[in-house]
Amino acid sequence: MVGNGLHKKERKGATVTEPAWVRWLLISVALAFLALFLVLPLAAVFTQALEKGWEAYLAALTEPDTISAIRLTLITAAVCVPLNLFFGIVAAWAIAKFSFPGKSFLITLIDLPFSVSPVVSGLIYVLIFGLQGWLGPRLQEHDIKIIFAVPGIILATIFVTFPFIARELIPLMEAQGREEEEAALTLGASGLQTFLRVTFPNIKWGILYGVILCNARAMGEFGAVSVVSGHVRGSTNTIPLQVEILYNEYSYAAAFAVASLLALLALVTLAVKTVSEWKMQQTITAAETER
Amino acid sequence: MGRGKNNVLPGFTPALGYTIFYLSLIVLIPLSALFFKTATLTWGDFVAAVTAPRVLASYRVTFGASLAAAVINGFFGVLVAWVLVRYRFPGKKLIDALVDLPFALPTAVAGITLASIYSQNGWLGRYLEPRGIKVAFTPLGIAVAMVFIGLPFVVRTVQPVLEELDQEIEEAASCLGANRWQTFRRVLLPTMLPAILTGFALSFARAVGEYGSIIFIAGNMPMVSEITPLLIITKLEQYDYAGATAIATVMLVVSFFMLLCINLLQKWSRCFAE
Repeated sequence: MVGNGLHKKERKGATVTEPAWVRWLLISVALAFLALFLVLPLAAVFTQALEKGWEAYLAALTEPDTISAIRLTLITAAVCVPLNLFFGIVAAWAIAKFSFPGKSFLITLIDLPFSVSPVVSGLIYVLIFGLQGWLGPRLQEHDIKIIFAVPGIILATIFVTFPFIARELIPLMEAQGREEEEAALTLGASGLQTFLRVTFPNIKWGILYGVILCNARAMGEFGAVSVVSGHVRGSTNTIPLQVEILYNEYSYAAAFAVASLLALLALVTLAVKTVSEWKMQQTITAAETER
Repeated sequence: MGRGKNNVLPGFTPALGYTIFYLSLIVLIPLSALFFKTATLTWGDFVAAVTAPRVLASYRVTFGASLAAAVINGFFGVLVAWVLVRYRFPGKKLIDALVDLPFALPTAVAGITLASIYSQNGWLGRYLEPRGIKVAFTPLGIAVAMVFIGLPFVVRTVQPVLEELDQEIEEAASCLGANRWQTFRRVLLPTMLPAILTGFALSFARAVGEYGSIIFIAGNMPMVSEITPLLIITKLEQYDYAGATAIATVMLVVSFFMLLCINLLQKWSRCFAE
């Protein structure tokens, strides 16, 4: 669903176009709209974060509850991203390199978490592991806590970030076909060697692209995590939940200071995404010219 | 093709097996829990839970604002895609990258930021409120947040179609005497239409389920500015699991329906492309 920029083509010297005043009018309206809806909020985050000066900014970031929220967010991403990365590569291998009945249905199922409301994504785990849920009473007997604890946060995050990497790798690997892998196997390489030496170099930028988007969502997820977290300060709060708490307590400067960390993450994500898109495009163009 | 005869690549069975296993474990089984839980309600209870006046009001707010936001995004998304593909201007690459900001910026951050910009003393609110336009803490604010999160969907579905478009058709149209506006309306717009509708549907679907960026700006007044996802959370906090589950089932069925529409639209646009 997220545009993967595989079809970018620079257009040169259009022969048919609009009069100059129409062009500049359209450009101005589009830029004004983007400035209003994208640039202004981005500027507002950093302005308000630094409203009370650098000292207050740093104090807000080094507050113990915030540090523990940062730690929990990092742990969550460190668990979710590798699991979904492994799944993404395996699923893309099965779907892109082989044909079988029900393939497009399988792709639709993989996309499913994208279309489920984050709140519903959290709720389904409450229905399974919560006290009223399927496994709740049995888990309580063994004193295992999943909902309103870290495992629930991790599960809900895995759910919402589930499609990201598979989604990027499937079209990329399909575009590359399987001739190169077949050649390697014919020449006597093992399956693993073929993957590592032939497939991997072709998809590494796609992997980076998927990982960075998956990571951004894992660190920034709010709705699903909010349902399962229980909001215990200093133990089950991720960065976005900490932002919410500070904001609702009217500590606006602190809320925006913590939020600015996530906004920086978003900017880094956009930069890495743009570079990997460009590199993917290069890999594909190179593959096409070789053929 | 089939996997048997001419495919020598290894690992199909374990790869597909693991894919289905992980998919079931993470997505399918948890989602089915929702339906099983709903099935324990009687039909009467279910209907009562999903048609209570406060719930109906939340559908109106959610779907109404989503529709308005999707229409705005449909218009401006096409404009932004058009400008990015067809024209040259300084800073174009940067702006192209920035369009994805709503995908990358966590929703809670977007939420508190939009709320602060449009609140009474905010950067925009201080000019809008004296003129009688209240954005923050009204349904209008909900629509603003939905425009923010839905914009990239339209731009990123229309942009590739515009890039692939053959300009010879436009040349032909202009040779045959069509002016620029006629060419756009009669030649370009019909070609772009499936992509525009796909982007519109994606943006609408995202807005319907959205929670984080909305709750801060919405004001969350029951019957007036309360969105359906928030109502699910409210029910959960009151330990009304049955009520929360029933409403969530309605939301999930709507998402499935939207997903079906989007898939059909994408098939349609592929037919167009060929």
